[in-house]
Amino acid sequence: MRSCDEFQAGTGDWPNDLSRRRFLKLMGASIALASATGCTRNPPEHIVPYVRQPEDLIPGKPLYFATALTLGGFARGVLVETHEGRPTKIEGNPEHPASLGASDVFMQAELLSLFDPERSQSVLNHGQISTWDALSGELIHAADQWRNSGGAGLRILSRHETSPTFLDQVRRLLSKYPQANWHEYEPLGTRNVPAIYHLDKAQVIVSLGEDFLGSGPAGLRYGRDFARGRAPGAVMNRLYVVESTPTITGAMADHRLAMSPDELERFARDLESGTGSAKAVADDLRKHAGRSVVVSDQFESIARRINESLGNVGSTVDYVASERGGGELHGLVDDIRRGAVDTLIIISGNPLYDGPADFEFAQLLGKVPRTIHLDLYANETAKLCHWHVPETHTLEGWTDARAFDGTATIIQPVLEPLYGGRSRHELLALLLQEAATSPYDIVRAFWQAQHPAADFEKSWRKSVHDGVVANWNPKPSAPETASPATQPQAPGTHLLIRPSSQTYDGRFANNPWLQEFPDPFTTIVWDNAALVSLSTAQRLNLANGDVVRLKFRGRSVDAPIWIMPGQANDCVTVHVGYGRTHAGSVGNGVGFNAFAVRTSDAMWGGPGLEIAKTGDRHELVTTQQHWKMEGRDQVRVGTLAEFKEHPGKAAEGGEPSPRGDETLYPAVKYDGHAWGMVIDLNTCIGCGACTIACQAENNIPVVGKEQVARGREMHWIRVDRYFESGLTSPWTSHQPVPCMHCENAPCELVCPVAATVHSSEGLNQMVYNRCVGTRYCSNNCPYKVRRFNFLEYDANQFEQPVTRKLMRNPNVTVRSRGVMEKCTYCVQRINAVKITAEKADRDIRDGEIIPACAQACPAEAISFGDINDSTSRVAKLRKSPLNYGLLAELNTRPRTTYLARLRNPNPEFDHA
Amino acid sequence: MAQLFKRRANAIAKLSVIGIPLLGLGTWATMFAYARSDFWTRVNVPMEQPVPFSHQHHVAGLGIDCRYCHTSAEDSAFAGIPPTETCMSCHSQVWKDAPVLQPVRDSLQTGRPLRWTRVHDLPDYVYFDHSIHVAKGVGCATCHGQVNEMPLTFKTQELYMRWCLDCHRDPTKFIRPKAQVFNMTYRPAGGGSRSGRELLEVNHIHTAGLTDCYVCHR
Repeated sequence: MRSCDEFQAGTGDWPNDLSRRRFLKLMGASIALASATGCTRNPPEHIVPYVRQPEDLIPGKPLYFATALTLGGFARGVLVETHEGRPTKIEGNPEHPASLGASDVFMQAELLSLFDPERSQSVLNHGQISTWDALSGELIHAADQWRNSGGAGLRILSRHETSPTFLDQVRRLLSKYPQANWHEYEPLGTRNVPAIYHLDKAQVIVSLGEDFLGSGPAGLRYGRDFARGRAPGAVMNRLYVVESTPTITGAMADHRLAMSPDELERFARDLESGTGSAKAVADDLRKHAGRSVVVSDQFESIARRINESLGNVGSTVDYVASERGGGELHGLVDDIRRGAVDTLIIISGNPLYDGPADFEFAQLLGKVPRTIHLDLYANETAKLCHWHVPETHTLEGWTDARAFDGTATIIQPVLEPLYGGRSRHELLALLLQEAATSPYDIVRAFWQAQHPAADFEKSWRKSVHDGVVANWNPKPSAPETASPATQPQAPGTHLLIRPSSQTYDGRFANNPWLQEFPDPFTTIVWDNAALVSLSTAQRLNLANGDVVRLKFRGRSVDAPIWIMPGQANDCVTVHVGYGRTHAGSVGNGVGFNAFAVRTSDAMWGGPGLEIAKTGDRHELVTTQQHWKMEGRDQVRVGTLAEFKEHPGKAAEGGEPSPRGDETLYPAVKYDGHAWGMVIDLNTCIGCGACTIACQAENNIPVVGKEQVARGREMHWIRVDRYFESGLTSPWTSHQPVPCMHCENAPCELVCPVAATVHSSEGLNQMVYNRCVGTRYCSNNCPYKVRRFNFLEYDANQFEQPVTRKLMRNPNVTVRSRGVMEKCTYCVQRINAVKITAEKADRDIRDGEIIPACAQACPAEAISFGDINDSTSRVAKLRKSPLNYGLLAELNTRPRTTYLARLRNPNPEFDHA
Repeated sequence: MAQLFKRRANAIAKLSVIGIPLLGLGTWATMFAYARSDFWTRVNVPMEQPVPFSHQHHVAGLGIDCRYCHTSAEDSAFAGIPPTETCMSCHSQVWKDAPVLQPVRDSLQTGRPLRWTRVHDLPDYVYFDHSIHVAKGVGCATCHGQVNEMPLTFKTQELYMRWCLDCHRDPTKFIRPKAQVFNMTYRPAGGGSRSGRELLEVNHIHTAGLTDCYVCHR
């Protein structure tokens, strides 16, 4: 594979069509012409002030607005930074229970989706540009019939909705038209009784195939709670994960077992009875009754029975009523097949792409006389609907939503709709034949009805400002008792259908940040693959990149193979969200569509998969081609028991570091601030939020698959992953690697133009306007954290500079080609805090400067501060016995250091 | 065999030994001088503006404080250009029919902002912050010159990095008491003076690290 070869054949040769003589001619002419451009003056710049300046706005200072983004219908609170009305960065809202200030890759990348120039921009009728008025005319006409028929034939299909205003509108619509119906389809949602876990109270956590640290509605909250319980001390939690395919939760486990779904089911039953293979785990759970928890969605009823018998319910887990209001998709499909549907209104969604394949949505839509589709994109479904209406982005209009625990957020817009568009509430108001009102009025009217008090204005303003509605829970949800029985799993080769860590269910397919976000395990970018274990691959004689045909229940899809250490044998994992045909120029044709083999009776896969080699090859591109540490001990791991006896043992490893004075260069003293970063590998879950947060903060461009194959990705902080102890059941470790800001920086010594030099506070500064692009610094960097802008990446087809320049961080230079760049410790944030502190004549407080990566991190694994201040968090962490420097034996004296990871294995547990 | 070179070739060769370096030096000196000339740097050259706004009239004549219009100079990196409304707070009463103010009235009426030409245009990789300079006692006039004497606004400094560093290396030459920042007629005591060194103390200026690249570039 090309991406694996560092030295490809022919790289040293001249291209044939360019002779040396012609090359010199071209270069000579280029230099002459380039110097001539120096004679032109830059065009004058203009300053365009406001006509009426908004009251709270100080030009040049950002404003932050509390709002929320939804995933799977559930709100995650965010703060949006805006510069003169332009949103430039999304952060978590510290006051929101599902975020606590953290964010994940999807929240970070939503900014790019907001500015996507390929979002739908006009109302379409049979593919022709039409108007909202034309649609409302048609619907007013239809409403006459519905009034007589009670709305017979009217069906609404939405994704999972938690918006109180939306639910209220639908309820009113259904009471107006009793024969109408509303259905929900959330491709990656579940129908089980929702459980809310309190992982901070749990000392023993058992996950049965559940990736609770992943991007669920509560993933960020669970990540924080889990990490807090991970502090090495008297009490440190213990995590058992039994799963079929590697997840970031599994990588955090103290004991991880890879099992195929049928083995997993047996294990779950053993766990309940406390026998067999699960005896040690069951004993551990029992020892911590009331302080333990079994987490599972797949084996929900078993998990629930265990939690109930251990008395965990009420302390570490709560079962709450399902919020699902809409009917199932089955019902809608049956109605359409019966010909009982004459108007189908699809509110956000793409069932043609992500619906179960056996429903054959393309044919179903043809049977409905009138189909109306509202979405951000004119996607696959829009192409077959009679009407398509562009939807406003969540950040463009008023709405509301609830979090996993029921907390409501009023979602306020941060900018005017970029491409016009209508909100769900407007469409429903049109169906309700209510006077034309704005989404603001609709949402506000709903909340006014909830708080009829005279001081509504005050509570409304507070709710909007805080991003959470205080004390609102209309009906305390009573836990449901009936849980669907666990489906028995048959042996055989299993297909596992899982969400993509990059495109989720395909809705982010046109988002280049996410397409280029390396998968935490495979590090594949711009593709998905069929994951198999090493022994399965050997049995079927498969290698990475071999294309196979996956046949499942009468359907098939061609997918490239990727051998995944830690994958259970005889299981093939496919990630949905790829193979789009109408996503946009970024997402079209990337990867294969795993929804093609997803049927309504096997939404998450099942046994009976057939694999046939096609003989084709597909090039999969990764950002990390190796998985071994090669004896350099980049990630250092110990156990809790060891730590208690010899606290420093875990951090030992690698070759011994030289003493501080072992250098030929004069010693440099840092008297003022000395910035440093400590990354706690014990809590880092490897989710990669830091990578995308950094990309958003620092205007980092996307380069595309072909450039990543050449090793030219631009991420300033990457997350490395390593496998230890063999490839069948490995320990997986993740390690975020930003610039180390070495005190003895090897990069600085080799720069011929002093474009990278040290600051008086120990920052390894990269000065773009001095850089001439020799790349010596990158070659001399042992950490490979320097990125070179080979082409004009900020102006390439993924960056869409015309619209997306609005979302650039104005405090960070947009780099041109030929310039080296790297992590700056978010110096723009350091400077902003320094200026604020200097103006107030005070010292900088510890924790006041938060780099983008640290701010996003759900596990609080990244700390930043002044290592000269002995009371600061970083200074204390650097004194921890677990502290070590990456490749410190090279005498680089890194300012970024790591805390070794600790595992807390159960001594009673026998892995074999 | 005939001589390839004529006799006068010797003279030419000797001359070119001196002449070619001289020519090179001359070219370099010309370019150097050109880059520093007012023609190139636009120092002392008024820029064309949609309205011929006179700082001389408003500052010296009427005594309006800088911050009446440049409202964010103390709070933000950007000093602020007044919104049309600020102009109209007076000009709806005085000179309300003056033809030169037609663009201002149009702006308020149509909601379309005025487009001023930037006089002090730093390169995009320089992140200058007004607020910290104001807070540390760098007067408006230190960088912007005697704006109170300008009928049309022009810059008085070429804004090269050397000029920034002059002050960042030794602020004592330029700083003034905080109370005098907006005083257009105040004259700093000058380099090395005792009052300059005292002001470093009073204004809490930490000179260490002021010449770090990341202070201005990032």
